Amino acid sequence: MGTFHQGKSELHGITVVVDTTGPEVFVGRCDDMDDRGILLNDVDVHQDGEGGRSKEEYVRRAAMLGVWKKHDRLFIPSDRIASVRRLGEI
Amino acid sequence: MPYSPLLVKPMREELSSAGVKELLTPEDVDAFMNEKSGTALLIFNSVCGCAAGMARPGVRLALQHDRQPDRIASVFAGQDLEATAKARAYIGDIPPSSPSIAFFKDGELVYFVPRHRIEGRDAYAVAEDLKAAFNEHCEVPAS
Repeated sequence: MGTFHQGKSELHGITVVVDTTGPEVFVGRCDDMDDRGILLNDVDVHQDGEGGRSKEEYVRRAAMLGVWKKHDRLFIPSDRIASVRRLGEI
Repeated sequence: MPYSPLLVKPMREELSSAGVKELLTPEDVDAFMNEKSGTALLIFNSVCGCAAGMARPGVRLALQHDRQPDRIASVFAGQDLEATAKARAYIGDIPPSSPSIAFFKDGELVYFVPRHRIEGRDAYAVAEDLKAAFNEHCEVPAS
């Protein structure tokens, strides 16, 4: 039994890794994505090197068990996005 | 804010009709978790169809496998808030997500499926992961 999320992007409801052109990488559940950017729910953000972990080390750890959210909702504009990947495929 | 109980009822029944015990209160959760011996599957049920729509049928398929956990229960995230919070206390430092599935052996968490490992997959794939965990940790049924 599914629920009611018509009209959203194909990544709606999917936990994604949004890498940026800067030092930040975000992990959150995609609400919607279009030419303007991506809107995430329940978002964690990691700065490259924070806690002694690179962005990729952080992402590998997140892929095992998930993340603790730092933000309920966050919009990342397209001009900051380097890539968007599904966390479940990492 | 919890959804209407009427909307959620079939999502509860999708699991309870397969023999999954619903834990509605923190006391229910403690009673389930305090029985340490053997294997126990705890499902964090959820409304959102993006992932829960595959988690529930995946669990149902896995429960047709020949090896089974000794005890199987669920809490409903976003609905039974206190029971869910209590259940999450038993999975330690793992970030909360729902749906998700925790598998315990002799009171220890031995396997966990977070939401992002359910999203975008079909029920058969979810079931295969669970069956592999059952094969590893559950007793072969007596013939």
